[in-house]
Amino acid sequence: MSQDTTVDSPESSDGASLMSFDTELTLGLPGESRSPARAPAFAQGHKKNCTKRGFMETVIDLNLGTSHISMPRGQNSESRVSGTGKYPAAKAQVIGWPPVRSFRKKTLEGSSKLVKVAVDGAPYLRKVDLQIYSSYQDLFRALEEMFTCFTTRGDYNMEERKLTGALNGREYVPTYEDKDDDWMLLGDVPWKMFVESCKRIRLMKSSEAVGLAPRTPTNC
Amino acid sequence: MESESKRKKESPNTAELAVTASFPDEVLEIVLSLLTSHRDRSSVSLVCKDWYHAERWSRTQVFIGNCYSVSPEILTRRFPNIRSVTLKGKPRFSDFNLVPPNWGADIHAWLVAFAAKYPFLEELRLKRMAVSDESLEFLASNFPNFKLLSLLSCDGFSTDGLAAIATHCKNLTELDIQENGIEDSSGSWLSCFPESFTSLEVLNFANLTSEVNTDALERLVSRCKSLKVLKVNKSISLEQLQRLLFRAPQLEELGTGSFLQDLTARPYADLESAFNNCKNIHTLSGLWEAVPLYLPALYNSCANLTFLNLSYTALQSGEFAKLVVHCPRLRRLWVLDTVEDKGLEAVGSNCPLLEELRVFPADPFDEEIIHGVTEEGFVAVSFGCRRLHYVLYFCWQMTNAAVATIVQNCPNFTHFRLCIMTPGLPDYLTNEPMDEAFGAVVKTCSKLQRLSVSGLLTDLTFEYIGKYAKNLETLSVAFAGRSDRGMQCVLEGCPKLRKLEIRDCPFGNEALLSGLEKYESMRSLWMSACNVTMNACRRLAKQMPRLNVEVMKEDGSDDSQADKVYIYRTVAGPRRDAPPSVLTL
Repeated sequence: MSQDTTVDSPESSDGASLMSFDTELTLGLPGESRSPARAPAFAQGHKKNCTKRGFMETVIDLNLGTSHISMPRGQNSESRVSGTGKYPAAKAQVIGWPPVRSFRKKTLEGSSKLVKVAVDGAPYLRKVDLQIYSSYQDLFRALEEMFTCFTTRGDYNMEERKLTGALNGREYVPTYEDKDDDWMLLGDVPWKMFVESCKRIRLMKSSEAVGLAPRTPTNC
Repeated sequence: MESESKRKKESPNTAELAVTASFPDEVLEIVLSLLTSHRDRSSVSLVCKDWYHAERWSRTQVFIGNCYSVSPEILTRRFPNIRSVTLKGKPRFSDFNLVPPNWGADIHAWLVAFAAKYPFLEELRLKRMAVSDESLEFLASNFPNFKLLSLLSCDGFSTDGLAAIATHCKNLTELDIQENGIEDSSGSWLSCFPESFTSLEVLNFANLTSEVNTDALERLVSRCKSLKVLKVNKSISLEQLQRLLFRAPQLEELGTGSFLQDLTARPYADLESAFNNCKNIHTLSGLWEAVPLYLPALYNSCANLTFLNLSYTALQSGEFAKLVVHCPRLRRLWVLDTVEDKGLEAVGSNCPLLEELRVFPADPFDEEIIHGVTEEGFVAVSFGCRRLHYVLYFCWQMTNAAVATIVQNCPNFTHFRLCIMTPGLPDYLTNEPMDEAFGAVVKTCSKLQRLSVSGLLTDLTFEYIGKYAKNLETLSVAFAGRSDRGMQCVLEGCPKLRKLEIRDCPFGNEALLSGLEKYESMRSLWMSACNVTMNACRRLAKQMPRLNVEVMKEDGSDDSQADKVYIYRTVAGPRRDAPPSVLTL
């Protein structure tokens, strides 16, 4: 998350301007309490002030971070570099929220091979279903469409294994995390083997990919 | 005949009443039997005693929005000739696991009463009811004329129950199993339809996961010449689907199975011609795991589509945009947010007749935020689809300005359900609360019946709602408001309010008790994780004997807090089947 937010607020911590709401919402949300991230058992007490504040703080802090503070999100928000490419921290888990039927959730899980795709510089992830593609070319065509900054001169050069980003001229290296938690370069193994072992994909900025080689743990 | 009824309703003087008195009951019943609207019938029954009786004898369909508002005994006593029953059970928040298990809404007692009083029952539509296999077996065996079973969001049964239905219901025309918590042990239920059985018109088992006997399915489809709706489950392959389509060219609604297959040789052409063979398909769903390669096979069929349900397919924006170009007649569209704003822009550009849009989140519960749609997509649709009146939209960010633009483009919203998935999120551009967004909605959309609000909201939102939303019937509120005043504004201001569901809001006893008079004109009120105490609930229960006030306690919570409150009007008195976790006050 970028630290250079244009927030005009007296406090200097993350999510600062939104913290001001925190003090206004004094009545809080009693009842189901929420602990930050995924604590196994929600505290059931009604410690109104501290639990509730904890929740609101957590939610504001974790979810909104800087990408929600006074930053106009244009169409190329993905291309806006926000620093180190860290992802939003874990969401606070609230029972029954968002209001999506568990039936629907169950139906979407299951047989498809959905993996997360992260692009350095984009605040949100995407997911692709690897099962529906039949080759690396197929996959990259889809990735190009998804991350618009690559479309105009999107060029997958098998030799160099780099994607040229048109908008900002940066080059991205497609990497993935395999079953052994190693970060590998895409294209090393046969497609079917890749589909089976891929856990998630990250399009890493070339500058950060230095030293990345097959079977070598990443530095990042 | 209808105008005659109306005339009599309007001028109840002695001369007219004398005429009515000499009017044979049977004729009046025939006249009234033409009335189908439940509300009209309710009005009619209030005119005078004769009309009350004529109405009750002539009524064949009954709709019960809350199964505990009336008892089977009261129902069967009043209406002797019912053929079609619709029953809804649990509060809607049970869909999101907010209601304890074994809460109630069991269908069985109703079936027992119906077996005695309505042996000729033909149709049963259940939503959020507890249904056991035993109940389904009872149903199958006790109603020889039974034709239609629709189960939506029910739980407690397995495929064994379905087997009983298939085996015994000789006159079945419709079996519609949707979104249920069903124990799916085996697909053999489908083979239980006898070879002599041909009356099926609607078959929807998309919900189920187990494999069915595809030969049996094919034979069933072949011999049911009136089959109009066929929605299969994921286990049915593309190849099998093709064969089914060739057997049922008369189909109007189709739910495909898995759209993922390693088709080889001539398969694509076959797939396309199979779809082309069904010229009457206007509704399409299913499409699990849709491989982009095969989607073009649908393009011709898409020309006539009015309802496309892609909410189980994680299509990306490019593939979706290519598909939607072929759907100019679309009126209803359900999609996953994987289509993103670009996909929605394509909708805006290609579907001018669109009336309903639902965008579901593909990954709402993941610990990281997956992209989805933003306000831009919604705005794009509003520019292109001016007839839009029903929206359900899940997103991670929104602005007041965007919503104002949307309702300016589409002022005819009847259902506006916006879910900004981060609780309490302000307008991300201005950092203001989202009050003005919903203010714009209620000010502009005078026909608004249903509203779900989200984002950071102060009491101002509720002031707006109370002041402007005069046709509002259903309101859902979560993580919103600042004080009791918010809820009070709604209770005081919305004359047509029927259902109010609130969670995690700072509304307390004062707000709860301000609605004392109001609750009898409403179907129900749900309040959970608010500031309501047991004492206030007891007071409410004491003062309003025609309301059931039920409290569900959380483990380990403060004794004085009413964690979850469900209040509803009833003529049946307090219920006796509540589990220990539900206290009736």
